Amino acid sequence: MSEVLMDIQNLAKHFVIDTDFLGRPVTVLKAVDGVSFAINKGEAFGLVGESGCGKTTLGKILVNLHRPTTGKIFFEGKDLTVLDEEQRRSYCKDIQMIFQDPYASLNPKMSVGDIIAEPIIINRLLPKSQVEERVIYLLNCTGLARHQRNRYPHEFSGGQRQRVGIARALAVEPKLIVCDEPVSALDVSIQAQVLNLLGDLKEEFGLTYLFIAHGLNVIKHISDRVGVMYLGKLVEIAPKRELYANPLNPYTQALLSAIPVINPENKKERIILEGDVPSPINTPIGCRFCSRCFKEMDQCKLNEPVLKEVSPNHFVACHLF
Amino acid sequence: MLLEVKKMSTEFKLKRGVVKAVDDISFTIDKGEILAIVGESGSGKSVTALSIMGLLQNPGRIASGEILYKSQDLSKLSQKELQKLRGDRISMIFQEPMTSLNPVWRIKDQIMESIMTHMNVSKKEALARTIEMLDTVGIPSAKERANDYPHQMSGGMRQRVMTAMALACEPELLIADEPTTALDVTIQAQILELLFRMREKFHMAVLLITHDLGVVSEAADRVIVMYCGKVMEEADVRSLFANPLHPYTVGLLQSIPQIDDDSDKRLYMIKGMVPNPLNMPPGCSFSDRCDHSMERCTKEMPELQEIDGHKVRCFLYEEAKERGLSRK
Amino acid sequence: METMKSSNSDENLLQAAEYVEKPESQLKIMWETLRQNKAAVVGLFIIGLLAFIALAVWLSEAMGIQILPYDPNYSDMTKSFIWPNAEHWFGTDQLGRDLFSRILDGTKISLSVGVAAVSISLSVGVILGATAGYRGGKTDTAIMRLMDMMLAIPSILLAIAFMAALGKGLDKAIIAIGLVSIPEYARIVRGSILSVKENDYVHAAKIIGNKTSRIIYKHILPNVISVIVVRATLGISSAVLDTAALGFLGLGVQPPFAEWGDMLGRARGFIFSAPYTLIFPGIAITITVLAFNLLGDGLLDALDPKARIK
Repeated sequence: MSEVLMDIQNLAKHFVIDTDFLGRPVTVLKAVDGVSFAINKGEAFGLVGESGCGKTTLGKILVNLHRPTTGKIFFEGKDLTVLDEEQRRSYCKDIQMIFQDPYASLNPKMSVGDIIAEPIIINRLLPKSQVEERVIYLLNCTGLARHQRNRYPHEFSGGQRQRVGIARALAVEPKLIVCDEPVSALDVSIQAQVLNLLGDLKEEFGLTYLFIAHGLNVIKHISDRVGVMYLGKLVEIAPKRELYANPLNPYTQALLSAIPVINPENKKERIILEGDVPSPINTPIGCRFCSRCFKEMDQCKLNEPVLKEVSPNHFVACHLF
Repeated sequence: MLLEVKKMSTEFKLKRGVVKAVDDISFTIDKGEILAIVGESGSGKSVTALSIMGLLQNPGRIASGEILYKSQDLSKLSQKELQKLRGDRISMIFQEPMTSLNPVWRIKDQIMESIMTHMNVSKKEALARTIEMLDTVGIPSAKERANDYPHQMSGGMRQRVMTAMALACEPELLIADEPTTALDVTIQAQILELLFRMREKFHMAVLLITHDLGVVSEAADRVIVMYCGKVMEEADVRSLFANPLHPYTVGLLQSIPQIDDDSDKRLYMIKGMVPNPLNMPPGCSFSDRCDHSMERCTKEMPELQEIDGHKVRCFLYEEAKERGLSRK
Repeated sequence: METMKSSNSDENLLQAAEYVEKPESQLKIMWETLRQNKAAVVGLFIIGLLAFIALAVWLSEAMGIQILPYDPNYSDMTKSFIWPNAEHWFGTDQLGRDLFSRILDGTKISLSVGVAAVSISLSVGVILGATAGYRGGKTDTAIMRLMDMMLAIPSILLAIAFMAALGKGLDKAIIAIGLVSIPEYARIVRGSILSVKENDYVHAAKIIGNKTSRIIYKHILPNVISVIVVRATLGISSAVLDTAALGFLGLGVQPPFAEWGDMLGRARGFIFSAPYTLIFPGIAITITVLAFNLLGDGLLDALDPKARIK
């Protein structure tokens, strides 16, 4: 029985877009609207969904870039949501993030060595004399060379910059790393390099990942379990093989079906969804997916389905079940 | 044959040197055919599209070669003459729908402008045609939505609007530069579906530029693989995926995580990085990353060989051809 | 098949030798780019010359040595209105004072006022702008509305108003000019911070455990500094002009001190009879302002990473 590292309960993040003259919220963007799941120690939990589903916002809440509107986050049993700024900051040694855009995630005025050293120095993790050695070690771990230590980010390619970002996240020896679409902005041939690197590091350091992506193919390679989000809610969670072999929620099915398959011999029946992803502002009552769902029933417009376990470890939110 | 590009080279004169973004490429597109150009950053695929459309900006210019559109050489035409063709006979859609539409004009005005520039119709007729196009591309309540501004629409809708604008005059050739890259997977499927319908309806040819091999497999008839400005492989889609010849193509296909791949083994990686265009390795530009590179590869650049309708630029096949084999 | 040595062989050798490259100096790159802009170099040269003069005059006066041809404040009524000649290169003014010496003397006042005033605007402006930009919300609104109020009034009028409250004199002029320019710096800093704030590396800085103050000073400001430096350089030239304007109006430096604007103001009546009393101070002002503007433009290109040729 694996140990739960992070337990997320009913997490919500609402952004107030417009208020009336009395200051009461009129338009609210519900980026994350009641999400609950647990991440086990040592696993890679893949979180997938299209734009506007809230996955990036969720990731940012976990690393304290956003404060949740409601809900609780338990990390190793401790409730992070009740901590003040300073107490929460001490958890930066345990929870780190890797970003999507390699061109915006490194300070252009700092050398890569300094970028990697900074978290070690400000958290006083090592005596000054040992910091440099650790920086070189981290550079090597991520496939970069010692002599590049004093170079600036603009001298590196996208894939290399991403490696620096990974080294920075590893510097504090975190337990959980939130990977926010770390390969989306990279060329195909580099994606494989970085994905392999992330897999190797996970094995070597016993890391736990929350891997956020919009591509179900990338998620499949690296995840143990997968969660699918739509408009701020989780609609399905299952172990990897189970999800891909037997997707239950119609949205998951459509998502899988939409991925172009490399082998032209395997031309399958495509599910093409009608309409656009609706806006997280003014979310409809009832199931959020029903306007585009190809298996819509009467009750879908009225009640929101709840996530429940349909088969061992396989959770779905859908009125079909 | 609709478009024939003959030995075209495009270069950029920079302070530090001349970069040959496109190096001596040739290909043809027939009526109603979908040709995909696949490549990563630095491959020259987007520059190829811009060169054909005459949209290159300083310091870029077409250094040599011909671009024959129905026996008219586009590279020799003036901007004024090109403008007559653009939007009318040859259209283009771009990657970023957010920046390709003018934010201060209504959707309908942008499409109507294109129609009225090229077709001799009244404003009323242009509007009717605009709404018809919007409907064709799948914009719900086209009549009302036509009055929207770009920022009032989602990315997928904007891409469809751009497609409507590009197709309004029923062009013979559509150049689509990464049309689905910035979009969600489900919207991508919609746009590709749309392109197919348009091809059926108008018998339109498409030059599809992308880095996504999955999109190529779904949408294209023929494929060209580009690397560092040169054509490395060219074949029809079936042949390319069933029997990729060039080590770069093989590497690309192997390094993509597959949905139907159940094994957990490590992904294949092409080692190294795309070289700096100002500092290309001697000989074959892929030689420093190739698993099969030989001494010859570091000295000379191979020529494009044709084997059973499948073209490849690699020394592995020169010898194989001599031996009368069609695959390595 | 033999595998060939990768073109990264240089990299491998370096790695083997455990060689760490020296850090590339950002300043060196900036200097190289700046050097190529001839106008900026001219500007820099002129400023250097003016600074040298100002320093030399100030030092000599402090030490009691006279290096100027004549005492700038010594008035000899018998020698008034002499046209430029071998003895008095720029001629003499209405009170018989050597114009050349006065112009040189005025250099130290103009430059020091320029630098001092900008220092005031900069320090207060940066703090206000940084706070507004980073905090956002009500703090931002409050600070920026205050800045807007100041900007609504033409700067010269505002400066005069300050002077009316503070009284006449050079030091008061410096404060007035300094105060008047605060809103511009606050706005620029705020704008730059807003654009930099949303970059992922700023988020990363927070996630790795930085406190807010350190995020602003170590991560945001260094990326914003180029804009500030350029604005400050151009700001010196406008401070010089403002000083001259106040002097022209009789509000700045008080007689008998030599200040170009003051000299210009007092020479108004002699435009036809003794035009040199106007021309030389005018040229001095113009050259100084021009030099700072040229340098500022050059710095803009040198510091902007996009414009830089890598």
